[in-house]
Amino acid sequence: MEQITNIMVVGIGGQGVMTAADIISQAAIMEGYDVKKTEVAGMAQRGGVVTSHVRFGKKVLSPSIPPGTADLMLAFEPAEALRWVTHVKDQATVMVNTYPQAPPVVSIGLFNYPEQPEAQLQSHPIELISFDAGSLSIELGDRRLVNSIMLGAIAKQLPFSSDVLKAALLARFKDKGAKLLALNETAFEAGQQAATA
Amino acid sequence: MSAAEQDQNNPRIFISGNEAVALAARDAGCRVASAYPGTPSTEILEYISAYPNLYSEWSINEKVSLEVAIGASLAGSRALCAMKHVGMNVASDALMTQTLIGAVGGLVIVVADDVGLSSSQNEQDSRYWGRFAHLPVLEPSDSQETYDITRFAFGLSEQYAVPVIVRLTTRICHVKGLVTLSTPQVEEGHKFNKDASRFVMVPGNAKQRIPLMFERDKTLANFSESCALNIMEQGENRTIGFITSGAAYCHVREAFPDAPLIKLGLSHPAPIELIREFAQSVDKLVVIEEVEALLETELRAAGIELFGKDVVPRIGELTPTVITPAIERLLGKEKSIATIGMTDVFPRPPTMCVACPHLGIYYCLSHVKNTIIAGDIGCYTLGAGHPWNALDTCISMGASLSVAQGIDKGRSEEDANKNVIAVIGDSTFLHMGMQGLLDITYNKGNITILLLDNRAVGMTGGQNAPSSGIDIHGEATIQVDFRKLCEALGVKPERIHELNPYELPTLFKALREEVKAKEPSVIITNQPCVLTERYAKQPPLTVEDDKCTGCSNCLDVGCPAILVTRREIVVKPNGKEKELSFVKIDTAACTGCNLCINTCAPDAIVPLINVAHFNAVEIK
Ligand code: SF4
Ligand code: SF4
Ligand code: SF4
Repeated sequence: MEQITNIMVVGIGGQGVMTAADIISQAAIMEGYDVKKTEVAGMAQRGGVVTSHVRFGKKVLSPSIPPGTADLMLAFEPAEALRWVTHVKDQATVMVNTYPQAPPVVSIGLFNYPEQPEAQLQSHPIELISFDAGSLSIELGDRRLVNSIMLGAIAKQLPFSSDVLKAALLARFKDKGAKLLALNETAFEAGQQAATA
Repeated sequence: MSAAEQDQNNPRIFISGNEAVALAARDAGCRVASAYPGTPSTEILEYISAYPNLYSEWSINEKVSLEVAIGASLAGSRALCAMKHVGMNVASDALMTQTLIGAVGGLVIVVADDVGLSSSQNEQDSRYWGRFAHLPVLEPSDSQETYDITRFAFGLSEQYAVPVIVRLTTRICHVKGLVTLSTPQVEEGHKFNKDASRFVMVPGNAKQRIPLMFERDKTLANFSESCALNIMEQGENRTIGFITSGAAYCHVREAFPDAPLIKLGLSHPAPIELIREFAQSVDKLVVIEEVEALLETELRAAGIELFGKDVVPRIGELTPTVITPAIERLLGKEKSIATIGMTDVFPRPPTMCVACPHLGIYYCLSHVKNTIIAGDIGCYTLGAGHPWNALDTCISMGASLSVAQGIDKGRSEEDANKNVIAVIGDSTFLHMGMQGLLDITYNKGNITILLLDNRAVGMTGGQNAPSSGIDIHGEATIQVDFRKLCEALGVKPERIHELNPYELPTLFKALREEVKAKEPSVIITNQPCVLTERYAKQPPLTVEDDKCTGCSNCLDVGCPAILVTRREIVVKPNGKEKELSFVKIDTAACTGCNLCINTCAPDAIVPLINVAHFNAVEIK
C-alpha cells in the first residue's frame, strides 16, 4: 500500500484541536499530498473529548486512523494523551502538553485524575516528548497560544520542512493584524525550542 | 470559517462534505435552500447563506423546510433542503405525497445520518425513505463525490421529474478532503405552470399518479444498471468481492485494496443485474452497508447469494477496524488485528456552558420535590445528567409537552400528587412544541411548562430562529412574542410568567406556585445563550476561602467554572459522616452571571476585585 502518514490530534473542547489539525492538513496540501481530516467532535463546545485524525499521502481513502497505526500524536492535555496512547504505533512520537485540565466529574470526586500521567505514558513503547505548553502560553500572554506552541513543537516530526507548517500557521493570521501574527510566530518558535530542550 | 480560498496554482480546495453540498448547490444554479439546524447537517445551510443570488432560510422545522423546497421546485427553480436523519421523519408527510407529484425544478433532499450517534437520540438509516417513497438515493463517499453527486442530483431530478435523496453520514459531513470544483451552471428559473391534475393531490388525481410512480421506479432501475455513479472496480484477489456505498466504500477499499468491488453512487434503485454478474466473478460476495440490511435483503430477494449483516455489525460505523476482523472470520482466518482498547481514563461528559441560562432552571427543578419532568431535544437535555438529574423523559422534538399531557392523563392514583412538568427550548417549541401546548390547553391538562427562551438554537451552535428576531443572514426580522403566543394557544394570562433565569428566588417562587395551580401554566425564561453575541459578560466572581464552609451547595448549580479544591470528611454532632467540598471559581471562565451567589448561605462568593489580570475593557 502507498505510504500514508497518520497524525492524531487529541484534547478537549475549546483547546483548538480542530484548528491545529486543519493547519497540519493545509501544510500537507501545500506539499502536494492528498489529505483527509476528520472533524468529528461530538459535543466539543461543552468540554467533551475532541480528536481529529489527519491522514496524508499519495491517495488517502478512509478518513479514520485505525487504532495502533498513528505515526504521531499531538496531545493538548496529559489525560487525553493517556486515553488515546494505544492508538499510536510502536515508537511513534507522542507530543504532550502536560498542563492538566480536569472536568467537573473529577473535581467533585466522581472520578480520579490519573496519577502521574507522564510516567504512565512512559510505560508504553513510544517516544514521549512532554512540556508544559499551558504555562508557556500564559507566560506569552494568552492561553489560546497553546495551539501555535504545540504546532511548533511537532514541526520537526513531520515528513516535510518545519517552515511549511509555520507558513500554514501564519497564513491563518495574515489578515488578523501584525501583532497577532508576531505573537503566534513567537509561540511557534517557543514550541520548537521547548520540544528540543 | 470557510476553507474555500482557492490557491492560484492549485485549484483543489480542502472542504468538508457539508461545504461540498453547499458549493454544489451554488454551482448547480440552485435558487432556494432551506433547513432546520441539526447535527451533522447544520453547516450546509450556514455555508449556503453566505452565497449571493441564492435564497436561503432557517425553516421552523423540517416539514416546513421540505415544503418550501417543494414550492420552489414547483415554481420551476432548483431547490435543496437539508436535514439530519430524524428531520426526515418530520418531513415525511410531505415527502410521501410529493413523490406522486414529482419535481419540476431539480428538487434535492440532503439527509445526514448520524451513524455512530455523535449527537442524536437514535441511529436510523435514511435510505429506507428511498424505498418507502419510491425515490432515488445517491450516496457520496467523500467530499469530492459529495460535490459531484449533489450537482448530478439536480439534473437527475429534472430528467426523471423526481425528488432525489442525497444520503450523507457523519463521516461524510464532517470529514474534509480535497475537491476540484467544476464550472458553475446558470439556471434560468422557469415559470409556474398550473397543472392541477398533477399538483393537487386529491384521491382522483393521486390515483392517476400512482402508476406513473411505479413506471418511474422501473425507468430508474434501468438507469441504475448503466449509471456512471455505480462503479465496478477490478481487483486481483477474487476470493471476496464487495458491494458497498458511502463512507463504507473508503473503509472497504482501504482494508482490502486488492478486492474487486462495486461502489454504488446511486444505491437505490440498485443495479441488480450488474451486481448479479459481478457476483459470478467472485468466490464470496459481501455487502457492506451502513447501517441496516437494505441492499442485502433486496439482493437476496433477487436470488443473489451473499453475506451481509450475518458477518458485519448492524450498528455504528463500518471502519476497517470493524470490517477486517469480520471478513477474516468469514474466510476462516486467524484474527490479525488485536483489538486495541482505550486506556481507562475518566469520562468527559458534555456539560452545560459556564453561566448557561438553563443552570438556574435545573437547580430549581432538582430542588423541587414530587415531580415528573418531561424533557425535550436541546442543550437542556443535559439536565438529565449530573448534578441535576432533573429529567425523566426525552424522545423527539416537541415531545415534552405532549408526553407530559399523556403522563398527566395516564397517571395512576399513586402519582396523583406528582407535579407534571415539561421543559422545552424556544426553537424546539416553535419546531413542534406549540401543537403540544394547544393540545394541553384544549384538553384541560395540568402541566407546568418551562419554556427556556435563549433566543437561539443553542445545541447546534447558536443558529438564529424566529425567537432571535434575526434571520439566517443576521438581518433583523420578526421576533416571536412567546407570552402572546402562549396566550393565543389558550394559557390564561395570569398563568404566564416571564422571568430572568439567573434570579433564583423568583424562579423558585414561580415554580412552586405554578405546580400548585390546577391548570396549564408557562414559565418563560428570557436570557440568551452565552455563546451568542447577545450575551453580555459581567465581571467574574471569586470564593473567599476563609468564608467557604465546604457545604457544596453551589456545586448543585452545575456551572463548570466552579471547581472543587479540597474534599474533607467530617463527623456531624449526630454522629453521621458528611463530605465537605471546598470550592474556587475559575475567574478566567466565570462570566459573572451571579447565579451561584444565591446558593451560598455564608456569602463566600463575592465579586473579584483588585485582580491584576482582569482587564475591564474586555467586558462587553
Ligand atoms: S450552548 Fe447556550 S444553551 Fe447550550 S449549554 Fe451553552 S449556553 Fe447553554
Ligand atoms: S456554597 Fe458557598 S460555602 Fe458552600 S461550598 Fe459553595 S462557596 Fe463554599
Ligand atoms: S457567577 Fe457563578 S454561576 Fe455564574 S458563571 Fe460565575 S461561577 Fe458560574
